Amino acid sequence: MSALQKVMGWVDDRFPLTATYKAHLSEYYAPKNFNFWYFFGSLALLVLVMQIVTGIFLTMNYKPDSGLAFLSVEYIMRDVDWGWLIRYMHSTGASMFFVVVYLHMFRGLMYGSYRKPRELIWIFGVLIYLALMAEAFLGYLLPWGQMSYWGAQVIVNLFAAVPFVGDDLSIWIRGDYVISDATLNRFFAFHVIALPLVLIALVAVHLVALHEVGSNNPDGIEIKKKKDPVTHIPLDGIPFHPYYTVKDIVGVIVFLMVFSAIVFFGPTMGGYFLEGNNFIPADPLKTPPHIAPLWYFTPFYAILRAVPPMFGSQFPGVVAMGMSIVLIFFLPWLDRGKVKSIRYRGPIYKLMLALFVVSFVGLGYLGLLPPSPVATILAQTFSVIYFLFFLLMPWYTSIDKTKPEPERVTG
Amino acid sequence: MSQEADGQKVDTRKRKFLIAATSAVGGVAVAGVAVPLVMSMLPSARAKAAGAPVEIDISKVEPGMLLTAEWRGKPVWVVNRTKEMLDLLGKHDNRLVDPNSEQPQQPPYCKNATRSIKPEFLVAVGICTHLGCSPTYRKEVGAEDLGADWPGGFLCPCHGSRFDLAARVFKNVPAPVNLVIPPHQYLSATKLLIGVDAKGA
Repeated sequence: MSALQKVMGWVDDRFPLTATYKAHLSEYYAPKNFNFWYFFGSLALLVLVMQIVTGIFLTMNYKPDSGLAFLSVEYIMRDVDWGWLIRYMHSTGASMFFVVVYLHMFRGLMYGSYRKPRELIWIFGVLIYLALMAEAFLGYLLPWGQMSYWGAQVIVNLFAAVPFVGDDLSIWIRGDYVISDATLNRFFAFHVIALPLVLIALVAVHLVALHEVGSNNPDGIEIKKKKDPVTHIPLDGIPFHPYYTVKDIVGVIVFLMVFSAIVFFGPTMGGYFLEGNNFIPADPLKTPPHIAPLWYFTPFYAILRAVPPMFGSQFPGVVAMGMSIVLIFFLPWLDRGKVKSIRYRGPIYKLMLALFVVSFVGLGYLGLLPPSPVATILAQTFSVIYFLFFLLMPWYTSIDKTKPEPERVTG
Repeated sequence: MSQEADGQKVDTRKRKFLIAATSAVGGVAVAGVAVPLVMSMLPSARAKAAGAPVEIDISKVEPGMLLTAEWRGKPVWVVNRTKEMLDLLGKHDNRLVDPNSEQPQQPPYCKNATRSIKPEFLVAVGICTHLGCSPTYRKEVGAEDLGADWPGGFLCPCHGSRFDLAARVFKNVPAPVNLVIPPHQYLSATKLLIGVDAKGA
């Protein structure tokens, strides 16, 4: 027995180290037919780690004080050694987080990864998405620029639209009657400690649930149905490590090439990752002539704007925006299709998914534009398609003509 | 409903009751501890005290000009409306949500055709009643981007809400109600106090 084996044996008697390693890496059998779309889960984890690490180092020089915050960010950019790199990594990471998460979610839509028995993985995933949106929104106030201030003003006022308790609720959230130092300080607390803890916990349960039932695959069939009679290993499964760790490293390298190109050559991405007006300190008396949220919120923002006020209240728009996210939770039960993967789905689902993607991207684009009558009508059309994709799903997935699923995974 | 354990009978009813009672007491304790945490997020005594009234000198506000002052952290506009502006006010009532200011968005002494104490001076909180952006002053009649029938007023850059020069909201825009007219009074012909009603008003 080697010394290393002795040490491992000592640890394993006291902590399930080898068992955990086997259960989640070397003997976690993933389908062998993963494709391009399966990179984004591990990339999301990479970005999460990157955000936490860069975030920790940003807090060392950032000051959550309405009088100092803007200048402390400029100080990080100009005077702190490599501060500009850490901050640009963090700001680029925020947008790239949403890029990979949106692609990860689209993968789920294509291959039916939310279907039984993976409903809880999907629900945990949507909760991660919600926590991520909250985290991004809270973080965006911290530089205390014009877009920080007015963006927070608009979003907090969404809560004021809630009937009866809205005004008190929004005052409680702000800790003041306007967005102020109190608001900045508490957003900082939520952004750097409360939500990261929630995010990490949710990612953990997302992965535990995934490893309990096993990964879906582009064919949408269960590899656990066909196991080797002797070893009980799925015939179409390969150990996550080394096969998929090596594959994911390729994805990581390509991703980091894109990521570095943005950080070094275009950290503002023409105003989409960092908005120009946010380089002006917050001024509570003057709204910038055109305000739009960052690109990852614009689809929902466009839905909000598309709904006109009813009964002297903007609450219906807020409800529509909330519902557009709540509906995503119910996807596992809205889909009545006989097959999971788009490869064996009929033409109706393919058409609806295409319309949904066009609407989502279209709403995202319209949410960036200043309001105009034509844009409003387009946004209303796209919003209706967005909701019909979900609401009509039980009907169109059950009448759709599907192809037979294969017995074993196909390449 | 009892089990044998080590030859003794276990009273499961008593056990269930004890579990429920302990959980209830624990729940009450958690709720009790949550109260101070939740309450700590309300505006502090200092934030509450910061709402003092402000005095504005309006002698330099030329006809047609807008002056922005700060009151309780919000912009307050003072617009010196010209005679032409005032003449246009009554001509678009059918396009307004609340032309007669029925909603309590102003003190009683401003519930009139111009929503003001002195007809020429509009005093309004410059915060859109939709989601709280500050609208832009657009006084040019028939501005190109706002349509030939634009009578002059305010345009919210965030969601396109429109208000006329009495801060009344137009129909078919996101904002549901007119802009707020703050309590205010004239200390003299050129001094305005925002935040307090005149005595006896």
